[in-house]
Amino acid sequence: MRVMVIIKANKDIEAGQMPDEKILTEMGSFNEQLAEAGVLLGMEGLHPSAKGARVKFTGTKRTVTDGPFTESKELIAGYWIWRVKSMAEAIEWVKRCPNPTGQESEIEIRPIFEAEDFGPEFTPELRAQEERVIARAAELAQAEKA
Amino acid sequence: MRFMMLMIPKGYETAKPGTMPDPKAVAAMMKYNESLQKAGVLLALDGLHPPSMGARVSFSGGKPKVTDGPFAEAKEVLGGYWMIQVKSKAEAIEWASRCPGGDNEVIEIRQVQEFADFPADVQQAASGFAEMQAQSGQRKGS
Amino acid sequence: MAVTATDTHRSIDAVWRIEQAKLIAGLARMVRDVGLAEELAQDALVAALERWPQTGIPDNPAAWLMATAKNRAIDRLRRKALMARKQDEIGRELDARLELAVPDIDAALDDDIGDDLLRLVFTACHPVLSTEARVALTLRLLGGLTTDEIARAFLVAEPTVAQRIVRAKRTLAEAGVPFEVPRGGDRAVRLASVLEVIYLIFNEGYTATAGDDWMRPQLCEEALRLGRVLAGLAPDEPEVHGLVALMEIQASRARARLSPTGEPILLLEQDRARWDQLLIRRGLAALERAEELGGAQGSYALQAAIAACHARARTGADTDWARIATLYDALSQLTPSPVVELNRAVAVAMAHGPAAGLALVDALAAEPTLRGYHLLPAVRGDLLAKLGRFEEARADCERAASLTQNARERELLLARAASLGRSKKVPSA
Repeated sequence: MRVMVIIKANKDIEAGQMPDEKILTEMGSFNEQLAEAGVLLGMEGLHPSAKGARVKFTGTKRTVTDGPFTESKELIAGYWIWRVKSMAEAIEWVKRCPNPTGQESEIEIRPIFEAEDFGPEFTPELRAQEERVIARAAELAQAEKA
Repeated sequence: MRFMMLMIPKGYETAKPGTMPDPKAVAAMMKYNESLQKAGVLLALDGLHPPSMGARVSFSGGKPKVTDGPFAEAKEVLGGYWMIQVKSKAEAIEWASRCPGGDNEVIEIRQVQEFADFPADVQQAASGFAEMQAQSGQRKGS
Repeated sequence: MAVTATDTHRSIDAVWRIEQAKLIAGLARMVRDVGLAEELAQDALVAALERWPQTGIPDNPAAWLMATAKNRAIDRLRRKALMARKQDEIGRELDARLELAVPDIDAALDDDIGDDLLRLVFTACHPVLSTEARVALTLRLLGGLTTDEIARAFLVAEPTVAQRIVRAKRTLAEAGVPFEVPRGGDRAVRLASVLEVIYLIFNEGYTATAGDDWMRPQLCEEALRLGRVLAGLAPDEPEVHGLVALMEIQASRARARLSPTGEPILLLEQDRARWDQLLIRRGLAALERAEELGGAQGSYALQAAIAACHARARTGADTDWARIATLYDALSQLTPSPVVELNRAVAVAMAHGPAAGLALVDALAAEPTLRGYHLLPAVRGDLLAKLGRFEEARADCERAASLTQNARERELLLARAASLGRSKKVPSA
């Protein structure tokens, strides 16, 4: 299974503060371990929400608001995508992660939908589409094993 | 420039484990995903299972503490994301606006950090590892 | 939230970037002239810039732009007709032509647009145009880049680019190049021209160094985007997928290939943790598609397969050199060149030992095109050192150092030469 492992932002990160050298080095080492174990599929850092925007949907209307989004407690600073055998394995890895901010930090683990999660309630058209998605996922999985 | 389009679906914070998206919504979304792909801007996308199937780990000095989902205090949660490659934030916003989002859904657009975005000394610290690797590689004669 | 004029302009600009290629393509099919199509599209943009700040961006901007451009086309036809003063005749002809030329907008936008876009790709890359003209026209019509952006990307003056584009359109019109997708025997050659243009754009961006104008590395992204679009338009062409695979995998190394001070780092010395796994996965998937279509022996597919060997290796030591050597064998048969041969020699040496590699390198000694190429003596020096022929190796390293433009590389080569000078001689194997 795959999981998205999300590092939550705090005021300092949102203010554009760079992580200190010690954390960078420790994180680098942690990422190396993830890569060596074949767990690491991807990782990205996000610029603070001040550089972002939000689009709200109401019927056919779209309302655009520029960041920062100071009221939100759920801002993302960065994330990984991991391939693991179970949530338990993901949790174990997160416990080994160095504290990403050096202060109080929160990391959220969310399992990712895979094609095989979709059940029989889909129409034949969607089934065909789904088959293409599965074939695609298989391509990617094969590519990863290669 | 890369941007994440983070889908924040209304009410997903309380969705039960095993909640599946509505097939009609999926069909509309697949059409949208195809349009992103045809335009050559789509890099990746994923849907996330609800927070009730997730977990949180908090670090505050001492041992990391694990809490299983759902998370009562969370007013908004991530439902999925797209990663796109476009020339500007305005273009990312335009694509996000074309998403067949439901009422009161929100897409948050965030710019992805490129390594070159960081100041030189941070790059230096982060790449110290690379120098070590290259050196050890040379010593082994590889 | 107050929407400023600049915000609206940026939004219109974003819509334009997304829609303009399809708009030009659809118009080009109707008016049978790429230059005229672009002018009509520009007319529509001007109209949008005038109207949309008041009305807001329409729900279907593509349809609005197309309808507006078509109206302009009709206006122009009418004006031309009036000037010719054969009003009745032309009026009838016009009505007939208009009925043909105004198909159902929605249908046109969904189905034909893919074909039209493909027609535009082939037309912009037509071999009757010079390479620079093809590149400029492709970036303008398909990429939506302004002449200023193209100029900055290729380090030439803007008027030069503007001229190139004007002349390119004229050449296409004068040569009577039909607005169509080539079929049959012509198709392979025409497709090769398209792929060449896209890869040229990619390489121009790939050679950009830190401190360059932002538009230069942007070229890699634009080339990748064009490649991906083409893969969607021509999904049965293996070499399209091969090229996309090659570009995705090369791009995956972007974050690892320059030092913090902006100097290039050799592939074998790069921090592989910094290789973008997402792009590598995309590249491997594209390569697999090329192979499934029977295109494993295509030039781009072979190059991509070589890049894939490196991409799959977690460390330099894990590299499947035997496979790379085999792939270079195939590539050197298909597109022989001294540089390919030199790369083949390196791979053969890694796979089968330095003596085998040295034999291939020595065969290149007299090659005129490699005369000033520092990597030839650099590779030879490396192989000689591995064979214990230190004196000869030292000489080659010094020669390589004298030929390279790169300061860091020169330092490394001179240091290597110095340490070889101090090495004890060992009887050669």
